[in-house]
Parts: sequence; structure tokens; C-alpha cells
Amino acid sequence: MTKGLLDIEALARPEIESLLERAKYFQPLQQMRDKRLELHVGRLVVNLFFESSTRTRISFEIAARRLGADAVSISSQGSSVSKGETLLDTVSTLSAMRPDAIVMRHAASGAPHFLARHLPIPIINAGDGQHEHPTQALLDARTILDNRPSLEGLRVAIIGDILHSRVARSNIHLLSKFGVDLVLCGPAPLVPQELKHMAPGVTITHDIREALRETDIIMMLRVQLERQNETSFPAGEYSRFYGLRADNLALAKPDAIVMHPGPMNRGREISTEVADSSRSVILSQVENGIAVRMAVLEKVLQ
Amino acid sequence: MPKLLIRNGRVIDPANGIDRVADVLLASGIVRGVGENLPSRGAEEFDATGLIVAPGFIDMHVHLREPGFESSETIETGARAAAVGGFTSIVCMPNTNPVNDNAHLTRYIIERAKAVAKVNVFPIGAITKGSGGEELASIGAMQAAGAVAISDDGRPVMNSRVMRRAMEIASSFDLPVIDHCEDINLSAGGDMHEGKVSVRYGLRGIPSCSEDVMVARDILLAEVTGARFHVAHLSTRNAVAMVAEAKRRGLKVTCEVSPHHFAIHDSQIIPYDSNFKMKPPIRCSHDVEAMIEGIKSGVVDAIATDHAPHSVTDKIQEFERCPFGILGLETAISISLERLVQPGHISIQRMIELFTTGPANILKLNRGSLSPGLPADVTILDLNSKWTYDVNKSPSKSRNSPFDGYNFIGRAVATIVSGEPMWQA
Repeated sequence: MTKGLLDIEALARPEIESLLERAKYFQPLQQMRDKRLELHVGRLVVNLFFESSTRTRISFEIAARRLGADAVSISSQGSSVSKGETLLDTVSTLSAMRPDAIVMRHAASGAPHFLARHLPIPIINAGDGQHEHPTQALLDARTILDNRPSLEGLRVAIIGDILHSRVARSNIHLLSKFGVDLVLCGPAPLVPQELKHMAPGVTITHDIREALRETDIIMMLRVQLERQNETSFPAGEYSRFYGLRADNLALAKPDAIVMHPGPMNRGREISTEVADSSRSVILSQVENGIAVRMAVLEKVLQ
Repeated sequence: MPKLLIRNGRVIDPANGIDRVADVLLASGIVRGVGENLPSRGAEEFDATGLIVAPGFIDMHVHLREPGFESSETIETGARAAAVGGFTSIVCMPNTNPVNDNAHLTRYIIERAKAVAKVNVFPIGAITKGSGGEELASIGAMQAAGAVAISDDGRPVMNSRVMRRAMEIASSFDLPVIDHCEDINLSAGGDMHEGKVSVRYGLRGIPSCSEDVMVARDILLAEVTGARFHVAHLSTRNAVAMVAEAKRRGLKVTCEVSPHHFAIHDSQIIPYDSNFKMKPPIRCSHDVEAMIEGIKSGVVDAIATDHAPHSVTDKIQEFERCPFGILGLETAISISLERLVQPGHISIQRMIELFTTGPANILKLNRGSLSPGLPADVTILDLNSKWTYDVNKSPSKSRNSPFDGYNFIGRAVATIVSGEPMWQA
């Protein structure tokens, strides 16, 4: 990581390991009465969210404050973006106020990469379009490691709309770097064969039973059939063929864990029974988000 | 107009089977002869020793943006870029604002070009009114006013019935129909070639099949109507194969390829750099190979740049928000030399054909050779000249080129239009 954090793809395995290790160090803080460290007092982090988000934005804000830094959040509503200013102008203007890092969420894939080419300020990608969501993959890895001794050799199934998922892409890159056996599953239009070439160790199936069989980790993705302007799969059939329920969960290893980046569509990609079961680590993911983002911010603010 | 004697160059004139060291005499705006001891008394001399003297190069696919988008390009600036790039004639697409869909606008472009352009400008008229894809434009009147083809470039005619009618009419006027072949339903929302790279970058894809199905449709309609059908900026392996097959069957089907489609493939794109965003998109290496094969085998008739200027403001944006298109006029010859001639795929004679007789025959321009009596348009090349493309020095109003900073060997060193040197390196 040179300046900011644009994607997982460009990170080397040791860089990921050191972030996960540092996140582990921050984890116990979440249980303490005084959760604030004074590591980065006086540093300023701007959270710039061009796409609505609650959990990621708040998680970054909390992470910055727990490091002792100041955090300012801006969302696209009411900002100059809606007044027709270009993205580059908006971010240049913010840069002139001398924050130490910009955390950015944007609906266009590559928007932070584009800005990083034109501006010197460190940019942390909090999700760019359908490309990557690096801190989500880091918090997912942290959550898996809280439940398994290592990533090496695990079988991980990622199920849902892979094509449009930045969470899936970041996870594919991260897990592949650690020798994970990755199975991608979902309807054919949402899981194209080209995904096999993204990273080593990736296989594809359109049969959820095959994906779940003997798997260690199940990552369900939010499916937004209604947000695409085309029908990629008959909405009424989705949960029947690609939903995770107690009956097909039984195909996985007995100690398999269930993950979801949220927000969930209960009854569509995941049944309430599974989401609320002891196998689900969904709330641990959210909790780990803060520790992981503290590690990332710390690295960038150094 | 004064006489000009281009002395001692290697004259390559494919139409007349000439490839030898000779002089070329131009006078009163027309070619007087190629040979030795030409009646050159009183002529200015241009020493072309060590250089190649070719018929004036023609780019049959450019966007001049005037009227309507003058902040990106004008007829004057586009023509100047053409002269610097070695082109003596350019053919401009109708997607201006308003669209060139009537004789008044066609005449306006021609008059304006006469007043301000350093090179010859030939307009292409729209197929449908406003390129809206529904009501046919005044095709005959535009031809009478000087349009050399019809096309709804950039906004392909999706309604096959409308395209059929357009081809029937064009056929009766012996006017070629140029189609930007893209099924806009298949390509909807796409920003780059659909494949491994688009999936990796999380960008929506423009599949090869969106081009292929329209090439297939248009070839079938050309067969039904007898029209002369020309595929603009062809970019896929299947499309080359279909054009080859159409030619074998004797249909009047031709095609052009743009330099970026035989020079770059999608894994060489700088991620999210809008200077690599155009339609059709930079395809995969498999397609790039097919472009080169098509050029070698003769399936491809012309190299055309699809010069598509967009202002810096429009192009410095998130990749998916940027308009499609890149500059092409100043780099086409050098890219062709580097990717086609220098590796030995084609001869310099064949390359010259692709820039001269190829487009001239498709559009019936009565140019593209050094036959005595033709307009005195000449492009002079130096195959050994080393140079670096600096887009910031371009006479174009726009800066959107992926080839900025490239080091090339070989270029045009002089552009002579109607006997007058319009540009010299």
C-alpha cells in the first residue's frame, strides 16, 4: 500500500496479513468502556459518500474517531455534486481543505482510481461501483480468521449476483492470494464464465447444492434483481434456486459459517432462520468492520 | 496556382502499379505526370530524395463536430489535424448538432470547409432524420449537394425495415450505406469490451455479438437490396469472417478498420483511463489478430481513424460517464507503419492502398491515385523519421488520445492539397 487503499487486487499478501494482524490488535477495544485511542489526534479523515450507505460510512467514522482522528462525512445529497460540479473538482476542492485522507464511495467503477491519478491525497476506496470494496474483504477475512486457524485450504462459496458485486471481487482477490478454494455460484447471467480468470483457484457452478457441498465458508450476496434495468433472472424463482435455507445449508460442513455483507433481503437470498442461526457471523462482520478500518486508516495516516 | 515538382522520391501509386524513383509534377491543382524530365520550367521544387511520394491519403471516417460541438473540434481544426497527420481528404460523419440530414447542412459543411479547411472535406449525410432511426432523411438531395455516403454513425438504425428502405434508396442512387454496426440492446450500458478485463474492472461490457448481429443483418439486407454496404470501424473476428464471406458471394460489401483496433487489445488498457474508451471498444487480442489477418488477406478495404474529439472536460471524468471516442488523425499512419508494415504483415504499397484507393473506390471520390488529370493531392512519407506524439501540441481542439507520448518511427512529412503544401514536418 503506497498511499491510500484502492483495491485488494494490487495488495501483496504480507500487506494484507499485517492489516489483519493490526485489526486483531484493535478488536478487544470494541469491548472496552473507553474505546478511544489517542494515536492520530489532529488528523482529519473526510468520508465522501456519493452513494447512500449507512453501515460503511458509520463504520469508517467510528474507526477514525477511535484512532483519535477527526472525521467529517459528506453525502451526495445537498453537496456540490448535485449542482453539476465534476467529481474531480469536488474532490480537488475538498483536498484544498487539507484532510489527511479521503474515504470514498462512488457508484462508478474505478472512480477512486481515476481521482488517484489526478490528485496526491490518499484515497481509501469504500466501494467503487461494481469493482471493489477492499475493507469489506478485509473484515470478511478477519471474521473467517476468528473462526478458523488460517485461510489456506478452506473452501469458500460466494453465492449470488457476482457480476455486479464489488464485495465478491474484493473477496475473490483476497482469498485467492491465500490459497482458498473458491466456488462462485449464481444464475448464469450474473456469474459469467469470465470470472474464472479473475484469480487462481476460482471455479463456477450454477447449482447451489454443488457450491454448498463440503464448504467451510458461505458468503451470501445481496441480490438486487429490481435495481438492474433488465431481468437477469426471474425474480420469483430466485430464492428457490439460489436462496440459502436450513435444508441446503445442511450440505455444507457441519461447522460451516454463514456470512453476508448486508443489507440482507430476508427470504430472498437468505432465510430468516439461517440469518439468525448460530452459524451466522453476520453481526461479527459488522463489528470487525471497525477494527479493520482502524487498521487501514492507521496505515494510511502514518 | 504555381507548379510544384516533387523530385527524386520513391513514387508509390498502387492504382497505376507504380513503385519507382521518379518525379511528380503538379500544376494548376492537378497531377501533370509522374516520370523523369517532366516539363517543370518555373516550378517550385520539393526534394523528396529518400522519401515516399504517395497519392493523398483519405480518412473516410472522422467527426468534425461543427456545427454544434465547436468546443471539441471545428472543421478548421479537424482539417488542420488531418494535414498534420498526412491526410489530404477527410470524410465527416453527420452526427453534428443539428445532424447533417438535409441538403442545406451538407452544403453548409462544404462551403465552410472551402473557406477554412486545409484539406478536402467530404460530408456523409444521415440515413434518418436527426439520426433518429425512423424517418428517412433527404438522401437524394444530400447526394446532389455533395454527400458521398449515408450513415447514422453512432446511432445505428435499429429498425431493420427502415434500414432496408434506406438501402433500397441508396442503391438506386448508387450511394454507399455506412453502418456503425451495434445492436444497442445488446450493448446497452456497456463501457468497454465484454470479456475477462471488463469483468475484472467491474465495468459493463459491450459484447462482440452486439456488433456481429448487426453486420449479419446488414449483409443480408445488402443482398436483398443490392446496396453498397460498408461496415464502419469493424472490430470483431466474426465480423471480418462475415465480410469475407459476403465478398466471396459477390455482394457489394466493404469494410474499414481503425488503427486502435489493430494496435491495442483490452488487457493493455490503462484501467479507467477514458482515452481508451470508444465504440466499438478496444477488443481482445483474438480480435486484434483477426483485424491484422483481415488487412493481410484483403478483406479489409480501408483504414479509417474514427477521429472523435471530445473536450478535456468531457473526458476527465469517471470512466463510465465519459463519452466514447478518441483522436486518430495524427497517429494513423505511424500506427499502421508500426503495427502492419514494420512487422512485415503488409507491404508499404498495400498500406498506401488502404489509405488511398481503398476509401476512394468505396466513396467513388475520383482521387487516391497520381493519374494525370486528378486533383494534385499528395502525401509524402518518411519511413525512418523518429518522432514522439505530443497530444498537447495537436491542432485538434481535443486531447483524447491513448497514444500521447508514444515514440514512432515513420510518419507523413508533407501534405500537399491541390498542388499546395498544406503542412510540412
